[in-house]
Amino acid sequence: MEKTIKTKPTVLSVLSMALLTFFTIFFIFPFYWIVTGSFKIQNVAVQVPPEWFPLAPTLDNWIALFKTPVLRWTFNSFFVATCTLVIVCTTAAMAGYALAKIKFPGRNFVFWLFIAAMALPKQVIMIPLFTILVKLNWINTYQALILPAVGWPFGVFLMKQFTQTVPSELIEAAKIDGCTQMGIFTRIIVPLVKPGLGALAIFTFMNSWNDYFMQLILTRSVTMQTLPLGVALLKAEFTTPYGVLMAGATLASLPMIIIFIVFQKYFTQGITMGAVKG
Amino acid sequence: MAQITNVAAKNKTPRKKFRLSYEAKDWIAGYLFILPVMIFFIGFIVIPMARGIYVSFFDYSLRNFEFIGLDNYIHLFGDEIFLKGVRNTLFIVIGSVPIVVLFALFVSVNIYKKAAAVRSFFRGVFYLPAICSVVSVTVVWGFIYEPNYGVLNYLLSAVGTEKISWLADARFALPAVMAVLITTAVGQPIILYVAALGNVPVSYIEAAEIDGATNWEVFQNITWPMLMPTSLYIIIITTINSFQCFSLIQLLTSGGPAYNTSTIMYQVYERAFTLNQYGLSSAMGVILAIIIMIISIIQYKFFGSDIEY
Repeated sequence: MEKTIKTKPTVLSVLSMALLTFFTIFFIFPFYWIVTGSFKIQNVAVQVPPEWFPLAPTLDNWIALFKTPVLRWTFNSFFVATCTLVIVCTTAAMAGYALAKIKFPGRNFVFWLFIAAMALPKQVIMIPLFTILVKLNWINTYQALILPAVGWPFGVFLMKQFTQTVPSELIEAAKIDGCTQMGIFTRIIVPLVKPGLGALAIFTFMNSWNDYFMQLILTRSVTMQTLPLGVALLKAEFTTPYGVLMAGATLASLPMIIIFIVFQKYFTQGITMGAVKG
Repeated sequence: MAQITNVAAKNKTPRKKFRLSYEAKDWIAGYLFILPVMIFFIGFIVIPMARGIYVSFFDYSLRNFEFIGLDNYIHLFGDEIFLKGVRNTLFIVIGSVPIVVLFALFVSVNIYKKAAAVRSFFRGVFYLPAICSVVSVTVVWGFIYEPNYGVLNYLLSAVGTEKISWLADARFALPAVMAVLITTAVGQPIILYVAALGNVPVSYIEAAEIDGATNWEVFQNITWPMLMPTSLYIIIITTINSFQCFSLIQLLTSGGPAYNTSTIMYQVYERAFTLNQYGLSSAMGVILAIIIMIISIIQYKFFGSDIEY
């Protein structure tokens, strides 16, 4: 009985599929437009009616793009994101273990402090953080782009959630065998929370790679700028041809798209684990 | 078990060498393990936050640093531009949050039963704008919205519409920015909803179907209530993100035309970095934080749910 209900295509389900298809095209189109736009010469890019598919693809835009400091910007983005990832994963895994499995006075207080800080908007801290970094003489340095991101407690929260799934018996057994806390952490916890670390690594990398606001206020010189800032800089120069801008935009987004396609499982896990449990 | 008590007993008896109890060792280990994160947390979150609240009571600019009590706050509540920013921000939040939630729900309900590969494809498509750099997103949307050769006006010209300056026309600029914001905001909710829908026990739904319930009744009475904690979480994070909308605005319109797309967050930036009014800027940040906190609490109470962290 219920099988006939499910297989019978109703008007509603046909309509839903049509709408879903429309939305899918709507979401894919901008990225199709960026990528194809990067292969069009200027007067083709701005022609009306638009050329839906580049009939005479050219690499000129990409060649022009690589005449700007784009390699330096890409390196900066990559370096900053990688350093942030390493420090965040290390410190968050350690704190996550302590908050999930080690009993010490003030543990709950610390945990709720992190939760409260996560709920507060970042904006309150941006301007004072900026003035503090000015006083430290850190403006336009790599450490300014890397270290403040480590303080953000989302990673600790995520790693606590993952570490809680490790059976406490394993830890007790290791203690009886004379394993130190450091040994328990490196030999038992880290191997077992690898999926969590994977998710955290990807999110940290993505947040750093895609950051705009912090990098905007903390950098000064063209050589310290990251890829998003560099592309924004090209955009602000009105003489930049659209194709070059599109090539820059493609380059700024491509790494994350590839990482997403390869590691979609970690994204999904991280988002669901970081959100609602139980 | 016997072994453990035995060890514990041994530790209580005084020894010739000073030894810490297991409990004390755990304490020290616990503190050492959270120490690295704490240093960053206190240095880059707690201290700036405290300082942000502190300087919001000062007339603080490049030349001045003088205590003025609540004057910054009083000034802001009579400041036309700031109030416009508040209105724009509320407009964005109230307009985009329901659309994001309904859109995510619509897509999720239609894809969660499909084969894993199909599901991944759709999840990926709708998450695409969220994983791409905001700069790339604004580059392409700026191009699509371009009045003379943008794709949008070209498509609309087919139905006879005049050329519209989407981002420069006071009537359209804010909705145009919101549309982009919504595309970047639906990805995460869809992933959450698909996961939550997968957790709704099939037996409940089958039982209801056998009893003759329609699809809509199943959704209304079984699926929706079970999605409630997820919905609450999605509403709260989408609200917070919409309140904090900055980069899209800075890159698409710079708050214009005539402050029509200027939000609180954009003004926090503008006051501090183009006008050097750090005190006023911090006061705005504090007000924004308070608004977000109040709204999160209301949402939490209103949807009265038992979400456990």
